Amino acid sequence: MNVELSRRSLLKVAGAGVAATSVTAMGFGEAEAAVAAHVRPFKLVNTTETRNTCTYCSVACGVILYSRGDVRKGEHAELLHVEGDADHPTNLGTLCPKGAALKDFVKSETRLRYPMLRRPGSDRFERISWDQALDRIARLMKDDRDANFIARNQAGVTVNRWTTTGMLAASATTNETAWTTFKVAKTLGIVGFDNQARV
Amino acid sequence: MSGTMAEQPRTAVSNPPVRALAANFGPQDLLRRSATSSLPAPQRQLTAVAKLIDVSKCIGCKACQSACVEWNDTNPAIGVNTGVYENPHDLTEDMFTLMRFSEWVNPETNNLEWLIRKDGCMHCADPGCLKACPAPGAIVQYTNGIVDFIHDNCIGCGYCVKGCPFNIPRISRADHRAYKCTLCSDRVAVGQGPACAKACPTQAIVFGTKEDMTRHAQERITDLKSRGFANAGLYDPPGVGGTHVMYVLHHADQPGIYSGLPENPRISPLVETWKGMTKYVGLAVMGFAAVGSLMHGIFGRANRVSREDEENAEKLVEGRPVPPPDSEERPG
Amino acid sequence: MTNSWTDIRNTDLVVVMGGNAAEAHPCGFKWVTEAKAHRGAKLIVVDPRFTRTASVADYYAPIRQGSDIAFLLGVINYCIQNDRVQWEYTKAFTNASFIVKEGFSYSDGLFSGYDEEKRDYDRTSWDYEMGEDGFARVDETLQHPRCVWNLLKQHVSVFTPEMVQRICGTPQDKFLHVAQMISECSTPTKTMTSMYALGWTQHSHGSQNIRAMAMLQLILGNIGVRGGGMNALRGHSNIQGLTDMGLMSHLLTGYLNMPTEAETDYATYMKSRQFKPLRPGQTSYWQNYPKFMVSFQKAMWGEAATAENDWCYDYLSKLDVPSYDILRMFELMNQGRVNGYICQGFNPLMAFPDRGKSTSALSKLKFLVTMDPLETETSRFWENHGEYNDVNPASIRTEVIQLPTSCFAEDEGSLTNSGRWLQWFWPAATPPGEARNDVWIMSQIFLRMRELYRKEGGAFPDPIFNLSWQYEDPNQPTPEELAKEINGRALVDLTDPADPSKVLVQAGKQVVNFSQLRDDGSTMSGCWIYSGCFNEAGNNMARRGTEDPDGVGVYPNWTFAWPLNRRTLYNRASADLQGKPWDPSRKLLEWNGTQWTGYDVPDIAPTARPDQVMPFIMNQEGSSRLFTRGMMRDGPFPAHMEPFESPVPNVLNPRMRGNPVARIFESDVARFGNSEEFPFAATSYRLTEHFHYWTKHNRVNAALQPEFFVEISHELAAMRGITGGGWVRVWSKRGSVKAKAVVTRRIQPLHCDGGRVVHVVGIPIHWGFTGAARKGFNANTLSPFVGDANIETPGFKAFLVNIEPTTPPGVVS
Repeated sequence: MNVELSRRSLLKVAGAGVAATSVTAMGFGEAEAAVAAHVRPFKLVNTTETRNTCTYCSVACGVILYSRGDVRKGEHAELLHVEGDADHPTNLGTLCPKGAALKDFVKSETRLRYPMLRRPGSDRFERISWDQALDRIARLMKDDRDANFIARNQAGVTVNRWTTTGMLAASATTNETAWTTFKVAKTLGIVGFDNQARV
Repeated sequence: MSGTMAEQPRTAVSNPPVRALAANFGPQDLLRRSATSSLPAPQRQLTAVAKLIDVSKCIGCKACQSACVEWNDTNPAIGVNTGVYENPHDLTEDMFTLMRFSEWVNPETNNLEWLIRKDGCMHCADPGCLKACPAPGAIVQYTNGIVDFIHDNCIGCGYCVKGCPFNIPRISRADHRAYKCTLCSDRVAVGQGPACAKACPTQAIVFGTKEDMTRHAQERITDLKSRGFANAGLYDPPGVGGTHVMYVLHHADQPGIYSGLPENPRISPLVETWKGMTKYVGLAVMGFAAVGSLMHGIFGRANRVSREDEENAEKLVEGRPVPPPDSEERPG
Repeated sequence: MTNSWTDIRNTDLVVVMGGNAAEAHPCGFKWVTEAKAHRGAKLIVVDPRFTRTASVADYYAPIRQGSDIAFLLGVINYCIQNDRVQWEYTKAFTNASFIVKEGFSYSDGLFSGYDEEKRDYDRTSWDYEMGEDGFARVDETLQHPRCVWNLLKQHVSVFTPEMVQRICGTPQDKFLHVAQMISECSTPTKTMTSMYALGWTQHSHGSQNIRAMAMLQLILGNIGVRGGGMNALRGHSNIQGLTDMGLMSHLLTGYLNMPTEAETDYATYMKSRQFKPLRPGQTSYWQNYPKFMVSFQKAMWGEAATAENDWCYDYLSKLDVPSYDILRMFELMNQGRVNGYICQGFNPLMAFPDRGKSTSALSKLKFLVTMDPLETETSRFWENHGEYNDVNPASIRTEVIQLPTSCFAEDEGSLTNSGRWLQWFWPAATPPGEARNDVWIMSQIFLRMRELYRKEGGAFPDPIFNLSWQYEDPNQPTPEELAKEINGRALVDLTDPADPSKVLVQAGKQVVNFSQLRDDGSTMSGCWIYSGCFNEAGNNMARRGTEDPDGVGVYPNWTFAWPLNRRTLYNRASADLQGKPWDPSRKLLEWNGTQWTGYDVPDIAPTARPDQVMPFIMNQEGSSRLFTRGMMRDGPFPAHMEPFESPVPNVLNPRMRGNPVARIFESDVARFGNSEEFPFAATSYRLTEHFHYWTKHNRVNAALQPEFFVEISHELAAMRGITGGGWVRVWSKRGSVKAKAVVTRRIQPLHCDGGRVVHVVGIPIHWGFTGAARKGFNANTLSPFVGDANIETPGFKAFLVNIEPTTPPGVVS
C-alpha cells in the first residue's frame, strides 16, 4: 500500500531532518492519529487596534493598524498588520494593492532613521545630530533671507518677498501639520511655496 | 486559543477580532485526510463555504495578491518585466494567488476584452491534490470545503501538483514543501473571510456560504445577461465535484479564454485509481516531480525511475498546463 | 469633488475620461461597480489606452491624448443639435441668458483680443453687457444673438462627429455611441457623473478640459444632484487639505488670495474681492471676504494684527508674478537665482518635468533640505547611479540635509479626502530611529530662526516675532491645539448685533462655524472653510457615526465635511424653481414652503426662497457659468488647442502651437521637439500596483510590478522591430530612457486628420534609483517643461518621443 510506503519514506524524511519536529518527536504509530490537522494560530490576538487613514490617494480609506504595544499609553509599539476598516463608509474594509501592503511602507528598509548631511562635493551622506541639523538649517535660511529679502519694490511698495529660498510642502501630512508649515513659510515671506497639487 | 467559539463567517466584510477565540472548526471536522484509510467520520457537518470571484467586476488591481502576501507573511521575489502584466509570472510558494491577464478580441463584436482572472486554489469538493498525496495528513479537507496543506506532514514529493487539475500547488525550493491558498483557514476559523476577499476593492471577490455565493452569482449573471453577455454563467465544475472557489464568467461557454481555465477539469483517472496502482507507478510520479538529489536520497533505492514509469507519469499529468517554470530571481 | 465617493452609487452613467479610476482609486471605484450592480448604471471610458477601468466598462472609445476639448465640445454640440438639454435647469441655473458685450468673437482658434507678441489676451471684450441698473443684462428667451447660449451654440457647431474623428482619432460611430449615451442624461431623472484626474489636468490646456465637461454637466442638469457632479479624483491623501489650507504660492487659507504688489494696501486688496451680485436678489457669498480675511490675519499674528495696521496686511508677501509655482522656481533655480530649497515629503527630481533640467537646477542650490520618511531620489540627486543618475558628485556643490520624518502610522491629525471629508486618525507605532514628526521639525526651524533674529536682528523680523505661537509646548504643538486654531475662536465676547446684551460666544470659546466670524478683529480662524471642524461640540473630524438615513450615501455623522458639513456642493440645484427635487427618487433637498429640508446641509440660506436665490452663491451671478468672462487666461469658452508637442497640426489653425497663452520660458523653447524627429505621441501615467515613487520602497508592491516598462501597439512594435519583453530606448528632445517593452492590443494606432496614423507610447512613472524595486528610469526625463495656462500644472500627458530596440542598461550596444 502506498500508505505503508509513504510511512516508511516519511520515517526517512524525518531522519533526514527535513520533516517537522512534530513528526520527528512522535512515535510512528501515533503519528497518524496525533499529527492533527491544524490551522495557523490567529495572528492578531492581543494586538492593539488603531483607526487610521491610508496614506496614499485621497479616497482616504479607513484602515485599522494592528500593533504590539500601545503608543497612546507611552509604550513602544511595533506595527504588525494593516487591514481595511469594515466600518468605514467609503471603503467598507476593502483596500487596493497599495493600501493592503501599507505595513511594508512603514517597515521599508529604506525608511530614514537619522538626520544626514551631504557636504558640497561629497559622494556620501554622514550622520549628524538633530541639533546640528536644525541649527545649520536655521543659519543657512537666515543668512539667505537677510541677504536677499525684498522689503520694497522699485515703486517703494512694501512687498516682503523672499524668493531665493523655496519650499515644497507634503500632501500626505495632516491639516494640522499643514497649518504649522503654512504659518512658518508665509511668515518668513517664502513665495516659492507649493505642494503636490500641480503634479 | 480559548474563550468564546468564533462564529462561522458569512461574509468577508468585517473587522478581525483581537481577543482569543476558540476556532470554529478543527481536526474533528475532517472529511478527508491524505493517505489515511481509517479517518473517523466527522461528528458534524459544517456549512459549506465558498469564495466567489466575479471576473466581470474584477479590475485586475492585484489587491488580492497584496493582501495574500501580507496575511500569509510570504516573501515573493522581486522579478522582472517580461512584457506582460503578470507579476510574479506564475504562482509560487510565496504567491498563492495570481491575476492572469489575457487580451481577447470578441469575434462577435470585434471589441477587445481584457479578461483578468484571479488564479489560485479552487478548493475542489473532490480534491485531486489530496487524493494524489502519499504523505499521511499532509493534505486535509474539512467539511466546510476547505482543502488545506499541513506543511509539517508534507514530504515535498510534488504529487499534489500532478494531481491538481488546475496546476496550483508549488513546491518551495527552500523547505521542499508544497504551498497553496489555504482559503485563509486561520481567518475562517475565527469567523473572518479570506484576506483577498476582504481587500478586493470592487468586491469582485466575495465570501460566504456556498449557498449564498451561488445565489449571489445568479444575480450577477442576470445583470451580465442584461448587458449583452448571453453566455454569462457560473463556473463550479462538476468534474471535481464542484469547487469552493467559483467564478462568474461573462463567457462561461469558453472558460479557456480566461488564461486557460480548464473547460471540464477532472482528476486524472490514474489518481482516482491511486490506491490500486503499483508502487512503482507511484514512485515514477515522485521521480518525475523529484525536487533534487535530496529527495532521491530520502526515497532511497526504490526511487529508481524507468522510462516507462516516466511515461506513465506523463500520462498522469496529461492535459494539464505545463509545470511551473523556474522560480524568479530572488532579491539580492 | 462636488459630490462624495459614496454618492457615486446614485448615478446612472459614469464617464471616466481624463482619468483611470479603477487603477488609481480602486476603492473609490467600488461605488461605480455598486452603481452598475444595483442601479444598472453604465460605464463609459474614453482614453488613449484600454485601461483597467476600460476592462469593466460598458463602452470604450479611444481618443488621442490632448484632444479632449474637441471631443467634449462635440458632445455638447450633439446635445444641442438633438435637443438633449435640461432646459429648465440650464435657463435658471446657468448664465445661458446673459448677454455678452459687443466685440467678443472667436475665429481661427483664437478669441478676440489676442496679442501674439505678449502671448496673452486682452480680455476686456469677454464680459457681460451691463444695464443701467448696475446688473448684467439677460434675455430669458435666449433669442438675443449675443446671449451666452447662442454664442455657445455657435462655438461648438464646428465639432461635428467628422471633425471629432479628424482631431481625436475617435471613430465616428464610437463617438456617436458615447454622445448618445451621455445625451440621455439630459432628463431630470437620469444622472451622469464625471470622474477625472490628472489625465485632464496635466495639459497646457488642463483647466479648459475640465471646464468643457463642467459645461456639459450643467446643460444636462447634473451638477448639485445625487449621482452627478464634477468629481476630481485627487492624488495624495491630503492634497485637497493642503490646497484648502493654502500651501501654494498664490493662495492663503480657504481660497483667500495672496495679494499682488498692485494691491498696495488692505482697502485696495479688499475692493476687488467683495463681489457685488450681478443679478438682483442674488447672494454673492464672497461679500463676507473681510470676515474671513481678518480672522485669518488674527490667527497668524494675534494681537499684533489691529484695525490700525490693517490687520498686519503689510506682513503678507505681495506677488509680482501670478505665482512662484514649481516650474517658475525650478527655472529660477536653473538660472542660479535660488539658493535654498526645502522638500517636505516631496520628490521633485521624480515629480517635475524635464528631469535633466531639475538635476541641473538642484546642482546650483547652495543648500537643499529634505524631510521624508523614505529615501528619495531628490535627496540623493548628487549621487552617481550609472545610467540611472549619471552625475559627478564632486562637481555638485549643494549642501544637502536629509531629515527623517514619521509617517502616517506614527502620526495623528486630520486628512481631507477628495470628497472634502476631514477625517481624524490616531498613531499606532513608534517611529524608527530618530525620526520625528513634521510639526516638531517645522517648529524647531521656526523657533531657532526666531532666536537668531532676536539675537542678531536682520531683514524685517516683525512677522517672525509676532507670529502667534500660543502652544503649551512651543516645541511640539499638538494636533488638537492646531485643529482648534484652524476652526477659530472668539477673542472677546461676541454679542448678538440685534441684542447686545446677549452673548453668542464667550471670549476664548470656539466658534461654531464660519458664520460667527467677524471682520472687526473679535474672532480668529486659521482656515474659514474648515471652521466647524473642532468647535465646542468637540472634534467633529473624529466623529464615527455610520448611519446613512434612507441609504442615500450622505453619512452626515461621519467625520466632518467642509463647508459646514455639506456633503454635496451646489445641492440647492438638486431641486427645481419650486424647490421640488428634479428626481423624487433622488431627493437631496426639498423646500417645504418655509425652509429647505432633506438629507444634506443646504448651500444657500435655509430660508432662501427657491424661486429667488439661485444655487451658485460663490458666483456673483448666482448662477453657474457656461461663459467665464475674463476669469481664465485662455478663453471664456474652452477652445481646441493641441499640445505643444503634437503629432498633428491644429486643424482649426495650423499656425497655432499648443496653448497660445501658456507661459514658456526662453530656455525651454529649444527643448521642444517636432513630429518629424519625434513621430510618436507619448503619455505618462500611474499603475494600480504603485503609488508615485513611494511603493517602490515596499517589497510587496515592488514584487507586483518590479520593473520600468513602456506600452506600445503591435503595429508600432512591428514597425520598429520591437518584441514584447525586449529592451527599448525611448527618447524625446529632452532626454532618453531605457525600458522593457509591453506590446499590447490595448493600445491601437489612431487615424486622424488626412489619414495620419498616430502611434501612442504609454509610459508609467514609478521607478527610480532608490527602493526595493529594480532600478529604472522615469517618464519625467522625457516630458516637457510647460504648464497649464491658468494654474501651471505641468503637461505630462501629451508629448512626442521616438522609440527603437536597444540593449539593457549598462550594456554597450
